[in-house]
Amino acid sequence: MDPLFGLEHKNILVTGASSGIGRAVAEMLANQGATVMITARNEERLEAVLQSLPNDGHHFFCADLTMDEEVKKLAAEMPLLDGIVLNAGMVKTVPVQFVKREDLDYMFNLMLHSSILLVQQLLKNKKLKPGASVCFISSVASQKITIGNAIYSAAKGALNSFTKSLALELAPKQIRVNAILPGMVQTAILDSGAVSDEQLQIHLKNYPLGRFGQPQDIAGLTVYLMADVSQWMTGSLIVLDGGYTLK
Amino acid sequence: MEKELFEQLEDILELAPGTVTLTAAFRDYENWDSMANLSVIAMLDDSFGVHIASQDFKNLITVGDLVAEIAKRTA
Repeated sequence: MDPLFGLEHKNILVTGASSGIGRAVAEMLANQGATVMITARNEERLEAVLQSLPNDGHHFFCADLTMDEEVKKLAAEMPLLDGIVLNAGMVKTVPVQFVKREDLDYMFNLMLHSSILLVQQLLKNKKLKPGASVCFISSVASQKITIGNAIYSAAKGALNSFTKSLALELAPKQIRVNAILPGMVQTAILDSGAVSDEQLQIHLKNYPLGRFGQPQDIAGLTVYLMADVSQWMTGSLIVLDGGYTLK
Repeated sequence: MEKELFEQLEDILELAPGTVTLTAAFRDYENWDSMANLSVIAMLDDSFGVHIASQDFKNLITVGDLVAEIAKRTA
């Protein structure tokens, strides 16, 4: 294989790695030869993910990234990194009229503040190598609006703007920063009953390729973004949605 | 609790006071739409502390069902 496409000898940090997209990303990066550092809150599930990874050398770090002290500790413990995939997220569907400040604070904290502050700490600790790649998992919800998701969309929109700002600031160090904007992805968040089966079936009609995304669909693009083959790509917001935004 | 629920439903659906009845299927009220659906779920959480998943909410049909669900979950 052309080494431009491989991830051998690369250390990559994946947040939100205990389930869903984060887990699939960790597994696929490891399958392509990367050494992955995985983090999330749930130790038991992290350990299970670690066990499922091919090859040795991977590590897990239990951390709640909404807590400043844990972010600092995580950044300090990291080895020199060739890449990061930031993927902590949640969904709470509620009309604006019923949004509580605590929900607003928590969602922005988890989806935006924690990622910004983690990158900042990694930079302060000089843990990102020149040529490193940073990838945020954003959402098409930042561009295509559905009712009840105003706060989620706003947080992801802010994340998109941050992606571009950070890309410009880090370009002199040859550190690249991009975001993936997935459409609906089949994860445990959907299986929780928060959205009814009927609602999902109706929503599915908006997907020209006839299915929602699988976590692996997103993970595949992170392989490209982490590999040297994408070394000229920075500040890009890449829609990956089975054609959802075509309609 | 019933009185507050009726008022909240009338407020969300912009119905005249006194319109809502126990036996009515609330999705049949004029102005019912997906926004109202989300708003009623959020209102149950906000005003009554009843957190109900969309998947379960679809099984509640009448205003009386809402009253019974609130009573069951706050007992």
